[in-house]
Amino acid sequence: MLALLLGLLSAPAMAALDASEMLADPALEARARALARELRCVVCQNQSIDDSAADLAKDLRRSLRARLLAGDSDEEAIAYLTHRYGDYVLLDPPLKPATWALWFAPAGFAALALLLAVRYFRRRE
Amino acid sequence: MRRLLFLLPVAIFAALAAWLYAGLGGDPARIPSPLVGRPAPAFAAEGLATADLEGPALVNIFASWCVPCRAEHPLLTRLAADGVAIYGIAYKDRPEAAHAFLAELGNPYRKVGLDEDGRAGLEWGVTGVPETFVLDGESTVVFKHTGPLTPDAVRRDLLPALGR
Repeated sequence: MLALLLGLLSAPAMAALDASEMLADPALEARARALARELRCVVCQNQSIDDSAADLAKDLRRSLRARLLAGDSDEEAIAYLTHRYGDYVLLDPPLKPATWALWFAPAGFAALALLLAVRYFRRRE
Repeated sequence: MRRLLFLLPVAIFAALAAWLYAGLGGDPARIPSPLVGRPAPAFAAEGLATADLEGPALVNIFASWCVPCRAEHPLLTRLAADGVAIYGIAYKDRPEAAHAFLAELGNPYRKVGLDEDGRAGLEWGVTGVPETFVLDGESTVVFKHTGPLTPDAVRRDLLPALGR
């Protein structure tokens, strides 16, 4: 009864996900869904594979669930996909030298602006 | 000199704007392949698996339902006639349809793998068809071309990557 109720409540949010794709184990299915939300559907640029109805997104969801069923940890399942599709599948870009500018530039610019502002107002006093 | 310092933010802004503007020109469908520099991935399609690949060679992912594949087909035929080994993977295609496609246009492939459910394509990180990978003599992936081949791309990218 509770499962039915939950199913009814969450149904509108699952437009892309076919019920037949879902795993029987609810804990595993929850992990699969959480991971799918972090993975980019590579053919639709800015949708996660959880949101996308694209064929490729469906394939990626299927292989993600197959990895989890095979006993992969979250990290291993993600690595399986980045190994094939690159960091591009991650909606959250990883922190590494090539992405330092991406992660630190905003804070860097803010700090620079603050520094210039402080100097400017000091001089006016 | 100090008085010109007020130009610094403007200069930084201009440099940043130019850099970002240049980035707008890129094609978002062109995703760098993480496979480049690594051995050919382990895959098994019906009729073709990793062990069958003998480099230097091309691995061409195609499908009978894909119009650009039809467009690039004459180029593959010419490459095959020139002695380039080409392996084909029929991605998400019904076997009959793939066979009919090759019967109609000719078969430039040394071997064709049928990948009806797209699992082999996934191992190659395929996002769409056609895609063409270049393998060197050790069957290491050295180049990936996304989209239909053009005479230009063959001359500029594929042949040098094949060592020709």
